[in-house]
Amino acid sequence: MATRIHPLLVAFAALVFFFLVGPLVIIVGAALSDTSFLTFPPQGLTLHWFSNIFEISAFRETMTTSFLLAFLGTSLSLLVGIPAAYALHRHRVTLPTWLSTVFVLPVLIPEIVFGFSLMKSATAAAGLPIFASLLIGHALLVLPYCVRVVSASLAAFDFSVEEAAVSLGSPPLKTFFTVVLPNIRAGAIAAFILAFITSLNDVSVSLFLTGPGISTLPIQLLAHMEQFFDPTIAAVSVLLMAVTVAVMAVVEATLGLSFLTK
Amino acid sequence: MTRRWLGWALAAPATIAVAIFLVAPVLATFATTFGGPKGAFAAYAAFFGSGFRRTVLYRTTEVALITTAISVFVGFITAYVVSRVRGKAKSILIIAAVFPLLTGVVVRSFAWLVILGKNGILNTALLDLGLVSEPLSMLYTEGSVIVAMVYLFVPLMILTSVGVLEGIPDDLIQASTSLGASPAATFRQVVFPLAMPGIIVGAVLVFTGSFTSYATPQLLGGERQMMMGTFLYQRAMVTFDWVGASTVAVIMTVVTIAIVLLMSRIARRLNPAAV
Repeated sequence: MATRIHPLLVAFAALVFFFLVGPLVIIVGAALSDTSFLTFPPQGLTLHWFSNIFEISAFRETMTTSFLLAFLGTSLSLLVGIPAAYALHRHRVTLPTWLSTVFVLPVLIPEIVFGFSLMKSATAAAGLPIFASLLIGHALLVLPYCVRVVSASLAAFDFSVEEAAVSLGSPPLKTFFTVVLPNIRAGAIAAFILAFITSLNDVSVSLFLTGPGISTLPIQLLAHMEQFFDPTIAAVSVLLMAVTVAVMAVVEATLGLSFLTK
Repeated sequence: MTRRWLGWALAAPATIAVAIFLVAPVLATFATTFGGPKGAFAAYAAFFGSGFRRTVLYRTTEVALITTAISVFVGFITAYVVSRVRGKAKSILIIAAVFPLLTGVVVRSFAWLVILGKNGILNTALLDLGLVSEPLSMLYTEGSVIVAMVYLFVPLMILTSVGVLEGIPDDLIQASTSLGASPAATFRQVVFPLAMPGIIVGAVLVFTGSFTSYATPQLLGGERQMMMGTFLYQRAMVTFDWVGASTVAVIMTVVTIAIVLLMSRIARRLNPAAV
C-alpha cells in the first residue's frame, strides 16, 4: 500500500541524507588528498597518509590496544551477559522483576560519569592496572547491548524444544550448548559485533581510564587533533569507517539491518 | 522442574559485576559531594554560587534542548518518508542512516572541524563564491556544537522513528484514508498520535546523549563553549578538583535519570494503545 508522499517531504528527506553522508565523503576525500593540510575535493591522489598512520607509533600502539580491548571486553561481557539473558527468560518466574533493570543501569548512568567514577574507585583507590580498569569499563559499557540483543533472540526461542531435550535425558548443560546456543547464535554474533564497535569507538568511558603509556585509538585521535591537523587523522577515520562497513555486513548477514530499527 | 537457585546463579556474575564496578563507584562519587567541614551541601552551594558554572549548566541544557528539537523534527519527517518507501531504495536509506550511527563520535565530529574550520570547506566555498571577503569564524561557537550534535543524533532519531512508524498497522491508515481523510489529516490524527510514545523515547535518547557528551563539545566548542562533559573533565584531570568534578557528575546523573523517568511515564500515559 502506498499513501502518496508529498514531493516536498521527499526533497526534505533527500537533503537530510545528503547532510548525513556528505561529511563522511569529505573525510574520505581529505584522506586521499596529496596536500599536507585537510582539503576537499582532494588535490592529487595519494595513499601516503594511510602508510603514515603506521609510521606514528602512538597510532600503532593505541590501535592494537583498542582492538584488543574491544575483543576482550566484548567477550567478557557476553560471557556474563548470555547466562544473565538466559536466566531472565528461562527463570522469569523465580527472579524478581527489578533484576532486568540492573542491566539497564549502565545506560541510565552517563558514560562519562561511569568512567570518572570507575577511575576514582578502580585505578586511584584500588590501584588496579590501567588495562584492567579499561577492560572492566568497556565490558560494562557494552553489557546492556549484549543482554538486550541476546534477549531479543531468546524471546523468539521456543523453550519447549529445550524441555523436550531435557525430558529425553539430555543433561542441562549439554542441552544449553547443543540446543539453546545454536538457536541464538545469530543474536550472539550480532551482539558481539555491535558491542565490539561500541567499545572500539568509545570516548567517554576511556577518557579517564587511559593513563601513562596506555591509550585507546579514539582518545589518541582527540589528542593528535589538538596538535596536528593533517590528513593522517582523516586516514585513521577512513580505517575506522572500513571497520563500520565490516560490522554492518555481519549484522545484515545475522539479524538483518532492520533489527536496528526495533 | 526449575531450581530456584539456578536462575540466580546464572544472573549472578553480571549482576555482581554491575554492583561492584558500576553502582558502587557511582555511589562513591555521590558520597564525596555531601558532607565536609562547610556543611552537607557545600559542594552544591559552590556549584550554583558560581556564575561560570551556572553558565556551563545553562549552556549545556540549551544546547541539548535545541539539538533535541531539531533532531526530532528532522529525524521524524525523514523517518516518515523512509517508512513509506519500499524495496531496495528503503534498504539503501536504512544503510545510509545506520552507517553514521555506527561510525565513532570522534570521526563524525572531526568531519565538522574540516567543514567549519577557518580554512575549512565551507569558508573556502564562501570565499570562492565571493559571498564573504574574509573567512568566518564558525568553530568554537554554540552553533558549531549544535550542528555537529544534530549530525550525531539525527540517524538515531530516524532509526527509532522508522521502528515506531513500521509498528503502526497499515489497516489503520487504510481505514483513515478510505473514510475520506486527506493524507495530511491521516498523518495528524492517526500516525502522529500513535507514534508519539516512540518519538518521546527517541527524544530522551537525544537529550541525555547530548547533555552528557564530551567529544563533540571538546572538539567544536573548546574552552570557550565549556559544557558539563568538558567541564567535568577539566575539573577532574586539569585542576584535580575531584569534589567539584563529582558535583558535576552527580548533576549530570540526576538530570539524566529524572528525564528518563519523567518522560517514560508521560510516554506510557500518551500511549493510545494502552488505554
